[in-house]
Amino acid sequence: MIAGIGEKVGASGVFLTCIIVVYFILGIVDFELARNTLHVLWTLILRVLPILILVFGIMFLTNLFFEPRNIVIILGKGSGFRGWAFAISGGIISSGPIYMWYPLLGDLKERGMKDSLIAAFLYNRAIKIPLIPMMVSYFGWPFTVTLFIYMILFSIANGLAVEKFVQGGKQ
Amino acid sequence: MEFVNLDTQLQALRKTVQSFKRTLPILLGVILLLALASSLTPKNLYGKIFTGNQIIDPLIGAMVGSVAGGNPLTSYIIGGELRLQGISMLAVTAFIVAWVTVGVIQLPAEALMLGKRFAIIRNVTSFFTAIIIAILTVLILGWI
Repeated sequence: MIAGIGEKVGASGVFLTCIIVVYFILGIVDFELARNTLHVLWTLILRVLPILILVFGIMFLTNLFFEPRNIVIILGKGSGFRGWAFAISGGIISSGPIYMWYPLLGDLKERGMKDSLIAAFLYNRAIKIPLIPMMVSYFGWPFTVTLFIYMILFSIANGLAVEKFVQGGKQ
Repeated sequence: MEFVNLDTQLQALRKTVQSFKRTLPILLGVILLLALASSLTPKNLYGKIFTGNQIIDPLIGAMVGSVAGGNPLTSYIIGGELRLQGISMLAVTAFIVAWVTVGVIQLPAEALMLGKRFAIIRNVTSFFTAIIIAILTVLILGWI
């Protein structure tokens, strides 16, 4: 029966249901902690909602203006330097939590975006220009600049490694 | 500039809504999980788990950063506090880099939306590069 329900709601439904069950159990075991968690949850939802709307807007525009063949040219095999530049700068510019960008990346992947560029985009989400002054105030300029240069370089190495291993497993 | 006709706009909107409907339960699940992890983790936990060992601490830093995750700003604040507590810069850097590049809590969502193999490989490689970046950064600044 459980397997039947699983097939009906899909893996994402099972994932969500499991977490809701954990919340229910927490509510029974420690009501105060559950209430605090719901408060944290509400704050988190308010914080991510504008990003979710932004991602929806970008997805709509890419669906509207970019045919899959355009995506392949810009972000697919043979996209070369331009593809890396898009992925790295996109990762740096994009704001909000990393998981908010999974739907857009999943969509672009289905339409031909390379694994290496997705990995590079996600890696560069670590570099946030508005947060640079904060990092400088904690760790200083030399540390901040060195770290950011390494992160950009390693995003490429990481992207290439991910693609090699993912494709290696498919063959 | 040529305007896109209404039919094409509706088609694009329908496609976007379909994609979003598919991913919304996963996103909601991750948000629920993050809220749970955030309220269950005591704020003073981070300082207690480091050993003072130059080899083990970067590994611990990367592991804690991988499991925690969230806003990069939070990692800077915790990293700054850890530094004040005398935790090595190597461990703090590995912690900060892993915090944003590795996501154990988001892993199920990443696997469902970008593929299981991709998500696991990306997170594993990001974990190791967090340690390598920490070593290189601290070495080049002469902090070892």
